[in-house]
Amino acid sequence: MGDLSEAFRIAFHLLASFDRELFEIIALSLKVSLVAVAISCFFGFLMGAALCVYRFRGKQIIVIIINALMGLPPVVVGLCVYLMLSRSGPLGVFGLLYTPTAMIIAQVLLITPLIGALSLQVLHEMHKEYDEFFRSLHLSPLAKIKTLLWDARFGLIIVGLAGFGRAISEVGAVMIVGGNINHLTRIMTTAIALETSKGTLALALALGIILLGFSVSLNAAVMFLRSAISDDKNA
Amino acid sequence: MPELDEKAKGSKNLDKLIRFQNVTLKIGHHQLIHDISCSINTTGKIVVMGPNGAGKSLFLRLLAGLMKPTAGKITRGAHFLEHNQNMNLSMVFQNPVLLRRSTRANIEYALQRMNISRQQRLQLISSALGVARLEEKALISARRLSGGEQQRLALARAMVVKPKLLLLDEVTASLDPASTQIVETMIDEAANSGTKVVLITHDVRQAKRIADNILFIHQGKIFAYEPVRKFFRDPGSHEAQAYLDGKLPNPDLGSE
Repeated sequence: MGDLSEAFRIAFHLLASFDRELFEIIALSLKVSLVAVAISCFFGFLMGAALCVYRFRGKQIIVIIINALMGLPPVVVGLCVYLMLSRSGPLGVFGLLYTPTAMIIAQVLLITPLIGALSLQVLHEMHKEYDEFFRSLHLSPLAKIKTLLWDARFGLIIVGLAGFGRAISEVGAVMIVGGNINHLTRIMTTAIALETSKGTLALALALGIILLGFSVSLNAAVMFLRSAISDDKNA
Repeated sequence: MPELDEKAKGSKNLDKLIRFQNVTLKIGHHQLIHDISCSINTTGKIVVMGPNGAGKSLFLRLLAGLMKPTAGKITRGAHFLEHNQNMNLSMVFQNPVLLRRSTRANIEYALQRMNISRQQRLQLISSALGVARLEEKALISARRLSGGEQQRLALARAMVVKPKLLLLDEVTASLDPASTQIVETMIDEAANSGTKVVLITHDVRQAKRIADNILFIHQGKIFAYEPVRKFFRDPGSHEAQAYLDGKLPNPDLGSE
């Protein structure tokens, strides 16, 4: 109980005093996660829409693989990216290991299947509804994809927020490829892990409270969007 | 096998819009369309009638190119092809498919594929909204419209590109008389502006009001393809007469 109240006091103090180090960590966390989500949304949305629109042999197998990859263990992704980016790895020459770029790569690999699979679900329902209309207009696949992505925009924003939620709270992969280096690759989750291992639980909890704040804000945004969508559907 | 439009045959315009030659459609082991041959001329309104499960909607989907025949040939005339191919056909379904956009944006969507100026586009949108009597609902979400309004919007969107062929699959089946009347007025306007209309309906009175020709389908075969007056005076087949008398066994009820 003492730790918890101390944690709230520290969290409030850190935020109110605009602690430079804390804001540096928050800024890097947001930067890494937002860039990763943006890249993943680009590929994931296109993947979901293309899987709806195109018919080809083996499509079901691809869908199964994408769905399976949603549960990809972060440490496995981290390890794979580490092996690729380490000096002896195929991409070692770029010197990306222990940089924010490596963390972004790991997060992109981790959340693209999630965003792809969720957007496929959102777009599949809509495509079922629009399919005959599209075919009666003899639309090109690209025109269909553009229409689906635009009309499903609210649903896809929710998918993007879900991806962001996973990215911002992820610790395993970014710890392995980022190394949790102070002022360089330290983000919220890796900082919490570090403070916990050092035994400074109050500071770790304070950082956790701030992370929780992000999560609550995110869920509020999702709920708001969901209600906006259901209003639009039901009316 | 009927080959008409008698009315159009007598007219100057002898060009065929679409011709079915021994068209057969099989889905799995079921043969649903049996060796249909007929031609659709460039003008007028054809009403397709027949009991449930007769193959009317399949016939319409074959016309639209949504399905490919298992055997036989569907050819499109020069009159059809000379137009921008993406614009020459519009279809409206019994349950209107509306985009998750405003009423106005739904109509605009159909026009995006036309190479016209912004000014022309705005004029066409405004005119389409007027025809569908939806001017005051232009900016609200299409999904907030009533059933009748949604069907009018779907029809206005289909008509705005001035297609050569307008296919309507029981578009008034679930509408009240007032909405049905507006839809029928819109169909007349489309036909008067040179669009060929093919409409499925079960409503005999509506068929009499709208049709130039009646195409009667039963068990995947065409039993009659006649000018409307002739069809209702003398349907030309026992099956069509039985249908009009309400005696034709209904395949949905398993009484075939």
